[in-house]
Amino acid sequence: MTLRRLKSIALTTGFWMLVAVLVLYAIFPFYYAIVTSLKPSSQLFEVSYWVDSLDFSNYVTVLSQPTFLAAIRNSVVVAISVVIIALLLGLTAAWALGRVRFRGRTTVMMIVLGVSMFPQVAVLSGLFEVIRTLDLYNSPGGLILSYTIFTLPFTVWILTTFMRQLPDELEEAAIVDGASPWVTLTKVFMPLLWPAMATTGLLAFIAAWNEFLFALTFTLTDSQRTVPVAIALISGGSQYELPWGPIMAASVIVTVPLVVLVVIFQRRIVSGLTAGAVKG
Amino acid sequence: MATRQPTMAQTPAAPSPGGAVDATQPARPRRERGTRVRRRRVRAAWLFLTPMLIGLALVAGWPLARTFWFSVTDASLSSLEGANFIGFENYLVYDNGWYGILADPLWWQSVWNTLYFALVSVSLEAVLGVIVALVLNAHFRGRTLVRAAMLIPWAIPTVVSAKIWAWMLNDQFGIINHLLMTLGVIDAPLSWTADASLSMWAVIMVDVWKATPFVALLVLAALQMLPSDCYEAAKVDGIHPVRVFFRVTLPLITPALLVAVIFRALDALRVFDVIYVLTSNAASTMTMSIYARQQLVEFQDVGYGSAASTLLFMIIALVTVVYLYLGRRQLGGGS
Repeated sequence: MTLRRLKSIALTTGFWMLVAVLVLYAIFPFYYAIVTSLKPSSQLFEVSYWVDSLDFSNYVTVLSQPTFLAAIRNSVVVAISVVIIALLLGLTAAWALGRVRFRGRTTVMMIVLGVSMFPQVAVLSGLFEVIRTLDLYNSPGGLILSYTIFTLPFTVWILTTFMRQLPDELEEAAIVDGASPWVTLTKVFMPLLWPAMATTGLLAFIAAWNEFLFALTFTLTDSQRTVPVAIALISGGSQYELPWGPIMAASVIVTVPLVVLVVIFQRRIVSGLTAGAVKG
Repeated sequence: MATRQPTMAQTPAAPSPGGAVDATQPARPRRERGTRVRRRRVRAAWLFLTPMLIGLALVAGWPLARTFWFSVTDASLSSLEGANFIGFENYLVYDNGWYGILADPLWWQSVWNTLYFALVSVSLEAVLGVIVALVLNAHFRGRTLVRAAMLIPWAIPTVVSAKIWAWMLNDQFGIINHLLMTLGVIDAPLSWTADASLSMWAVIMVDVWKATPFVALLVLAALQMLPSDCYEAAKVDGIHPVRVFFRVTLPLITPALLVAVIFRALDALRVFDVIYVLTSNAASTMTMSIYARQQLVEFQDVGYGSAASTLLFMIIALVTVVYLYLGRRQLGGGS
């Protein structure tokens, strides 16, 4: 009996240690970025595991740079526009793909799935030409356009999954009343799809906020950069003197909103990710 | 779909479109009216799909076709319009020795690096992801908080996580060297990102940290759908939990795990930002995407870079087709 109890105590302890290790592994890097960002530059090179001083000079340095503020503004503009466009085009497409049976539906679904697997670099030269032709090079417009390639497929995919789960009776009633498809979509489905739209919108926002390759390639001047590019290009006097304090402060500033969103909406995000992948 | 087609065939040819006709002919058979509604819906479906299809054609279809075209031209970044057709010279050409991408050792190194990176990081993510999912599936106090914590690496922008890890892995002041030296694992600081033999592992470490939550979430979703009765039966029979995991749980979550693995593999094969930020264009970690972009943008050789992009696209398309084929066969046999 005592042996059994001993074993169960050992198992419980082992489990909690595993949980502790995993949590530490997941959050330590971000925690360490916060610790570093709160250090004065004189103490930067002494390793410490705790916040021992509250020095906001790194934040002041970063936030007083006009280029960083411009980058935040650009990122917000780009991400919000991308979300709106992806939801608008995604919702209409999802109605067609989720509620109507027609010849070619599977083909369209395959095209959407295929595009989501495109390596971004494969369209880089062609997209560069398109953006230059439309006179969108080095402007947020070029990024909004190009981000459609990865936000639209998964928006369509996830919204189609959710759209399919809604009962048929809803729509039959609308059809009997003589409602047009557009009215059915906006008046019947959209109110029911708000949770799904919030989920996909959030995922699209995160994807657009984090994108790097297109933002690096399709912008040229500091005033047009987005946040990831701005952070990647922060440099000091030489390659070996990177200003780590301000870099960490900038990292924390652009990540905190995302972390807050993710922690608040974790259930929605999980349902969105699994709807996009498992049921696809 | 097939069952409905006969009704389509029975309808009289081309009834005048528009809903108003319906009201003037009240005695229309129900089935025919259903077909009319159906036709209107199919028309609306295509109308609703058009904006998305135009969008995808503009940002995906057309650019991809142009990339294919550029890959057989001598286009450069400054003269895209004046490009001349040069056949497959960007890929391989004999001119007193072999030239072209397929004869470039650096290209083959980046292919090897990409495959190595994809294989190692995705395997580690799969194993770790299953472990994390099993932990999150257990009932314990604070589970929601732990799950939220696990999502943090996934939410952090790749560039930011690469920067944070670059700082933690810094050769002189990094906390990882400090920790390892305090624990006595190493005697001298390691230069993780500069040392060619270590930098690939540094990159893998960051990718595993960032992508494991994604795998874990998909596996967790599958775990939560498992029927509990076979577990109770196993418990009653006194079967060891480890045995239950390998005999019952693992086979049941394999489909979800495979989906997660293929998504991760496709991401890993086109990896760019984490490597670009951590090790820039170093040969020891150069992947196919880095190689292609360097040719395209930094060397301004659009023709050559497009050829590299085309090859990358072909490789990923091949992986996808093989996966879809296997997946379909498995689904056909399973259900």
